[in-house]
Amino acid sequence: MSVTYLGMPAFPEAAAASTRDPRLRANLTHATHTIRDKRAKAVTELADWGRLRAAGAAVKDRTLRHLDHYLEQLEAAVTDAGGQVHWAADAVEANRIVTRLVRATGETEVVKVKSMATQEIGLNEALAEAGIHAYETDLAELIVQLGDDLPSHILVPAIHRDRAEIRDIFRREMGHWGRPAPEGLSDSPAELAEAARLHLREKFLSAKVGISGANFMVAESGTLVVVESEGNGRMCLTLPETLISVVGIEKVVPTWRDLEVFLQLLPRSSTAERMNPYTSTWTGTTDGDGPRTFHLVLLDNGRTDTLADTVGRQALRCIRCSACLNVCPVYERAGGHAYGSPYPGPIGAILTPQLRGVEGSLEASLPYASSLCGACYEVCPVAIDIPEVLVHLRERVVEGGPVTRGGVRTVLKSAKGHAAERAAMRAAGWVFGHPRALRAGMRLTSRTRRLHPRRLPGPGRAWSDTRDLPAVPAESFRDWWRRTRGTSSGSKQRGDGE
Amino acid sequence: MSGRDVVLARVRRALQDVPRGEGPKDPPVPRDYLRVHGSRTPAESVNLLAENLVDYRAIVHRSEPGELDMLIMRLLAERGAETVLVPPGLPPSWMAAADPVRIHDRAASTPRELDAVDSVVTGCALAIAETGTLVLDGGHAQGRRRITLVPDHHICVVRVPEQVVDSVPQALERLAPARPLTWISGPSATSDIELGRVEGVHGPRRLEVILLAG
Ligand code: SF4
Repeated sequence: MSVTYLGMPAFPEAAAASTRDPRLRANLTHATHTIRDKRAKAVTELADWGRLRAAGAAVKDRTLRHLDHYLEQLEAAVTDAGGQVHWAADAVEANRIVTRLVRATGETEVVKVKSMATQEIGLNEALAEAGIHAYETDLAELIVQLGDDLPSHILVPAIHRDRAEIRDIFRREMGHWGRPAPEGLSDSPAELAEAARLHLREKFLSAKVGISGANFMVAESGTLVVVESEGNGRMCLTLPETLISVVGIEKVVPTWRDLEVFLQLLPRSSTAERMNPYTSTWTGTTDGDGPRTFHLVLLDNGRTDTLADTVGRQALRCIRCSACLNVCPVYERAGGHAYGSPYPGPIGAILTPQLRGVEGSLEASLPYASSLCGACYEVCPVAIDIPEVLVHLRERVVEGGPVTRGGVRTVLKSAKGHAAERAAMRAAGWVFGHPRALRAGMRLTSRTRRLHPRRLPGPGRAWSDTRDLPAVPAESFRDWWRRTRGTSSGSKQRGDGE
Repeated sequence: MSGRDVVLARVRRALQDVPRGEGPKDPPVPRDYLRVHGSRTPAESVNLLAENLVDYRAIVHRSEPGELDMLIMRLLAERGAETVLVPPGLPPSWMAAADPVRIHDRAASTPRELDAVDSVVTGCALAIAETGTLVLDGGHAQGRRRITLVPDHHICVVRVPEQVVDSVPQALERLAPARPLTWISGPSATSDIELGRVEGVHGPRRLEVILLAG
């Protein structure tokens, strides 16, 4: 596996390439619209959705504001339950810890549950360098891995592949990794799923080490939770002797009871189901049931830098449901790969520049990869005000200002005339150069945005600090618009960042 | 400095805006969301459970105690099951009529051995009506996690109405976090190929639920 996100071109170049791929566009449009409509129905089934959403946001805010307390509580509870906790400040450290843990088992193959944290740190590549093969076991991840490709959606990573492509990849590649595809494999989804079942079962039944992420970690009990549909998660969490879970520090929630909020919000927001087919919880190790050894690797890798930004901090509430992707007109046109990280779409546009800093040209361009229509905020089950953070980050890109990098406070210089700013402006240009994407966004804006409170009430949120529209980025938009269109439609753009 | 010290120090530095007096239980979480969606009699809750299970493509049967063994026998026969896993604590009367060879899950059995078994019969800890979910916690009549995972056919018996709760909040307050929990809503499924739903990739492809009255 040679694929990583490093050296990705800035958003406008990558988006331009994907926009030219009609098959990709058709697959994406179909997929996002299908999920979007189903989700809306699943949500209306619950009369208290707005209240669940407010509770979800509040639980996450509380946790983030006292993250040190909850992490220490979690560590103590996991240790008491027979697990071992490791802390990794960055990707290199996390990869080193996991590699060491796998080596200690003497194994050279591991099975993996789909996990964005491990994609973020490039774990598979790091393990490969150490001579360890990591097998992705989620069907979509398998398609991506066999295709030597990158995931393009949080929930359906192979959304950019159609069934004929999947059949070709299976026929061509399965044999190199293990059990080959059955003779005469057709492109019917049932046959493809069966081929994956047979191929992966070989791995599951002999695997000694499993690697997972987690959707939630409960501080008071030390419980980890994985939510999935296929059963590959259950396989990886149950059959191996050793389980290693790599989890971002923001995934902690204080109490067992808090799961009642998230286990209602997550399935309906992501797959539009009342409940996903499987949810597994584990608390350390259990005698005679499941792995005998359990390691939890707590991952920072830019999360504490994000935490230090009082406007951007809310991005750490994200429960990775992918609802914001499916309503985003820019994501729909550009595809997931253009965002250059495991986190695509609106959440990627605010998370990636915060985790990595806005100094690179891709990172600088991402806050501009949006029409600021607000649809992402409307659907977000934990009420992350993505447009607010986008505008805040645009200001950072253009004007500079205080940031925290690698735990150190520093002041970013203004990027005027720099490559970063040029990349950013080109991204804005790309968005505005696709009037259909923009129109779709504006329609949503006018229809629904004003009906919802823009922000949740709650102590500690200094609204006055963030309410004023940073003038510079908005000006840049209008300047750009006038320059390239020769008309003054700047007034329409007030939605930008108020 | 250890990784732990580095990360915790960074967290603390990042949170300097949080007032010193603010405790970990602040700010308050509004819990005004509903404990239950709607009000139902116990029988209505059971009906809703059945409806939601069917909606997620589980196959639902109803049974009285006296006929349970015959029903289980029939379901196993329909699948052509020759071997069936039974967890410790499964009431022997449930299997009184079944023909297949009973396999007991032993610690020494390998996953590959379990893979050769056709079906598994278990009870559950509880079931959630609003979401159509069965929850197993490794307790009485459920066995280890792996036995309901590896075989392709799972028959799960729910005692109604006492094992049925209405909602997710009600379920969590009855469950113990220290136990390994498996929540099951319908059979294994994927939507990864052009978003069409396909049953069964890794978990059991056929889930049959018996609602046992009395
Ligand atoms: S930002 Fe909100 S909507 Fe988007 S993936 Fe995260 S939780 Fe879901």
